[in-house]
Amino acid sequence: MSKYNLNNSYKAVVIGGSAGSFQGVVKILSQLPKGFPLPIIMCLHRLKHVRNGFVEALSIKSVVQVTEPHDKENIKKGSVYLAPANYHMSVELGLYFALSTEEMINNSRPAIDITLGTSAFVYKEKLIGILLSGANKDGALGMKNIHDRGGLTIVQEPSECMIDTMPRAALAATKIDHIMKVDQIVEFLKELDKQYR
Amino acid sequence: MKKLTEQPSFINEFLDELTVNVTEMFRDPSFWRIMREEIIPAIMLNHKQFKIWHAGCSSGEEVVSMCIMLKEMGILHDVTIIATDLDVNILERAKQATYPVKNMELNEKNYIRFQGTRSFKDYYREENGNAVFNKDLLMNVSFRRHDLVTGDIFNKFDLVLCRNVMIYFNQALQNEVLKKFHESLFKYGYLAIGSKESLIWCDYANRFIVVNNEEKIYKKIKD
Repeated sequence: MSKYNLNNSYKAVVIGGSAGSFQGVVKILSQLPKGFPLPIIMCLHRLKHVRNGFVEALSIKSVVQVTEPHDKENIKKGSVYLAPANYHMSVELGLYFALSTEEMINNSRPAIDITLGTSAFVYKEKLIGILLSGANKDGALGMKNIHDRGGLTIVQEPSECMIDTMPRAALAATKIDHIMKVDQIVEFLKELDKQYR
Repeated sequence: MKKLTEQPSFINEFLDELTVNVTEMFRDPSFWRIMREEIIPAIMLNHKQFKIWHAGCSSGEEVVSMCIMLKEMGILHDVTIIATDLDVNILERAKQATYPVKNMELNEKNYIRFQGTRSFKDYYREENGNAVFNKDLLMNVSFRRHDLVTGDIFNKFDLVLCRNVMIYFNQALQNEVLKKFHESLFKYGYLAIGSKESLIWCDYANRFIVVNNEEKIYKKIKD
């Protein structure tokens, strides 16, 4: 029996973050167990006009190469994806990504609410949503969608966040199952990994 | 649905709601720099006068960007541009070349990153909260309604731009549309798609070569 009452029914992990989340994401990706079984789908706020560099920076320490999917690219187990600059990234029912250039949401493109919300729709109770440090409310609605569809919700401990607006907005918007520091999120993912061995 | 069958003009309103009409000028400034420095000069090696098709032009920001670029290159007069969209209301807006002033900050930033040779503000005047672009820019542009999926091949082009339009189509439709682009291009003509779009799995992909993978610019090499 694990500490978090986990099981091996989960199919994906989705992570949202903005200002102050970069270090946390790097830590999570660098300590990910080798052969982690689920896709990790990330939507992080980023400069719209800078297409290059971000995925490379995240990949330096990551256990798994991070990729920015093309439109209609299939989601593969054990891959780590990052929403590309200046596109919204949705998860679709056939387990592939769809990109769009629709207007910004919460002043953001990519918007975390879109990635989280569409993931919740597709993966339902088989989804784990993690929301990290950030300076606006993007992601709060997405976390509510995840909870409402039966998924598991985790936010970064606000006191640990460089800017806590984002996790606090999620806490106000919906039930959050776990409030964790980044180190605990790492431990959590290791525990999760064991369920699939 | 009842309203759609009884009132034919409503179809346009309906399409206007349904289709996605969001764009910015000089989106991906690096793409536009490659256009100016490599693609257009390559076309001009063979033809002094040439034709461009903006497929799915929406409200026309990309068309305006193209015209500004061609004007700065001193070749606006030599280029015929056809801009098409499914949605007649959006085509009307594109013809007006009038956009909310609030969009100009981003457009200007993109223009500066594109390293345009003038001041972006030279190209429009402000009127009631709108930026109205100089009509001269669009003198060689004709706007037409055209459905990429059901429409016919209507001309031959040296360059087709269809950026971030096919992301709204499924793979079967994308495949069909690529065939149309292939047929609408002269041999050795260029096709530009969105930076995160992919054609590698399409039937006709092997009739193109990649000219610039980062900017997703292809060249037709086989009929």
